[in-house]
Amino acid sequence: MYREQIIKKFNPTLDNILYILHDLQDNNPEHYLAKQDIRICADYLKVPYSYVQSVASFYTMFSLKPRGRNIIRLCDSPPCHLMGSQSLLDYLKKALKVNVGGTTEDKAFTLELTSCLGACGVAPVMMINEEMFGNLTPAAVDAILDKRRKEL
Amino acid sequence: MNLVRNHILISIDAGTIMAGARAVEKTLVDEIAAQGLAAEISVLETGSIGATGQGVILVVYPEGVYYGNITPADIPELVEEHLLKGRPLKRLILSEIPKQHVIKKEKTGLLKEQPRIVLRNSGIINPENIDEYIAADGYEAIANALTAMTPDEVIEETKKSGLVGRGGAAFTTGMKWDFARKAPGDIKYIVCNADEGEPGTFKDRLILEGDPHKLIEGMLIAGYAVGASKGFVYIRGEYALSIERLEKAIGQARQYGLLGDHILDSTFSFDIFVMKGAGAYVCGEETALIESLEGKRGHPRNKPPYPVTEGLWAKPTVVNNVETLANVPEIILHGASWFRGYGTEKCPGTKVFTIIGNVTTPGLIEAEMGTTLRDIIYEYAGGIKGGKQFKGALVGGAAGAFLGPDMLDVKMDFVNLKEYAAVLGSGAILVLDEDVNMVDMLKSVLHFFRHESCGHCVPCRLGTAQMVKIIDRVSASKGKKDDIDKLLNIAQVMQTTSFCPLGQSLYLPISSSLKYFGKEIRSYVR
Repeated sequence: MYREQIIKKFNPTLDNILYILHDLQDNNPEHYLAKQDIRICADYLKVPYSYVQSVASFYTMFSLKPRGRNIIRLCDSPPCHLMGSQSLLDYLKKALKVNVGGTTEDKAFTLELTSCLGACGVAPVMMINEEMFGNLTPAAVDAILDKRRKEL
Repeated sequence: MNLVRNHILISIDAGTIMAGARAVEKTLVDEIAAQGLAAEISVLETGSIGATGQGVILVVYPEGVYYGNITPADIPELVEEHLLKGRPLKRLILSEIPKQHVIKKEKTGLLKEQPRIVLRNSGIINPENIDEYIAADGYEAIANALTAMTPDEVIEETKKSGLVGRGGAAFTTGMKWDFARKAPGDIKYIVCNADEGEPGTFKDRLILEGDPHKLIEGMLIAGYAVGASKGFVYIRGEYALSIERLEKAIGQARQYGLLGDHILDSTFSFDIFVMKGAGAYVCGEETALIESLEGKRGHPRNKPPYPVTEGLWAKPTVVNNVETLANVPEIILHGASWFRGYGTEKCPGTKVFTIIGNVTTPGLIEAEMGTTLRDIIYEYAGGIKGGKQFKGALVGGAAGAFLGPDMLDVKMDFVNLKEYAAVLGSGAILVLDEDVNMVDMLKSVLHFFRHESCGHCVPCRLGTAQMVKIIDRVSASKGKKDDIDKLLNIAQVMQTTSFCPLGQSLYLPISSSLKYFGKEIRSYVR
């Protein structure tokens, strides 16, 4: 039901597809584009299912598999790399016991990499959902993860 | 009427919000009220002050004292010392004042006046209030253009100014407009490329967050010149605050009749719409961006036809970068010859640089075209962090070129860098100190390209994958003797055969890193 309400906010023209997919994903309780999301979008825009699927799979902000409540997106572009993002990635993998793209068993965190977030002055940087964190160290990451766990 | 004796500017941008600017702002306002100073002291939000990595930043006027790394706990002391007793609180004063914000008023003093065109209002006005933009001569340029200039005259003035695209390709803006104006068709579009994804670049984000009305005005002028009635701003989906600020600014401009039908009672009608991207570096390429705007995968198109004749929905379309458009109102307001007073003969005006990496004060600066790399690093950014030696810099983002120490005195502009087989690109300068491992840097650049290759053409799709394989084994000291030559060879093939600039540009970081650091890189393979 909620999907129909979302989709009705937009005109059924193809140039709205990214907006529709963003909105569907933001409202999906598992933070991804489920088959039903793709389907309703395709029907609404009168394009094949495969078309929407191909668009959704092209853009990195869309996920086609379920994700945790906190989506961690660590920047691994050259500026953050220079400032130590690799050691943070190793640390996050160990702390969360997941690989890149993986979700923790309790569905609390998903670990992803992202390209430059445009906050290079405070590199290394990561984003959790909509919030940005900079000048990261393993200790800072620990504190952020702890806080997020408590908020669950 | 109350006489306000102090204005406090608080920098609200993505970086300072991250550092807790909202909490500081609230505490500050509450504390001022609690001390009974609310009538005398006003707290104003502004965009980026220019320095990043200094936490929450406040500037207290009229003294012009810059405070950094402020937390809510510091506020009571700050209010008591500075605002009640009139003694600036030394321990919180920024040791390095962001020099790019030394503005006109210092002209008479010892400090050199810094050229500011694009960032004239950033960090000074409240970006969420159209009245402040108007008070700073905002929307005067479009008013002048509409009442006193024909579209051809606007194009002519822009051509004369010598303004070239600031996104990296450096095409003459006036010519681009002219092509689109002369292209047949009634419906034309202005597209602003705000899909800023070049690693190390955040100038467009800070322009959008610090002075969104300047972009709107630039698009209006472009629309009038070209004969377009619709504009689109394609912004990265990750830039939440930019999207919010720009949408707010567009709403205000509509309310004031500066967007919509018959702008300022003229025959010119124009409106702007924001489009939110979804994470694809290749969409920074203009035809890929247009595809994405149309609701498709962001694959680049074959050129020609160029967007100026067949762009969005096959209509003549001008695609300009945020910074380019932000230059336009100033050019129309002050004239081409004024603009030519900045920068170099072949490359007039200023450039907004983002200077990051191993420097003391990373941040955003606006410098005249032709400023040397040395001045940018040592004058503006406080030199290399920790007093270390300069090893090199990656200029122009991941698709840019590495420069070695003997290039410190090179003049930074589009034309001059070309002579050294380098590019200015988006204006990102990633500074590397003596401890940086070049193979590791190269590895990071190649991983970036593999991830961002869109898969449309074979040389780029397979080339980036192969190069990552090679650099990974080289960096693990398991490289083969000819691995480095192989990298260069693949990059060369990609340069000549890739479909779009993404694959073509990878040759530059590879060849330039070998030029300046070849010995070090080759020492990894035996």
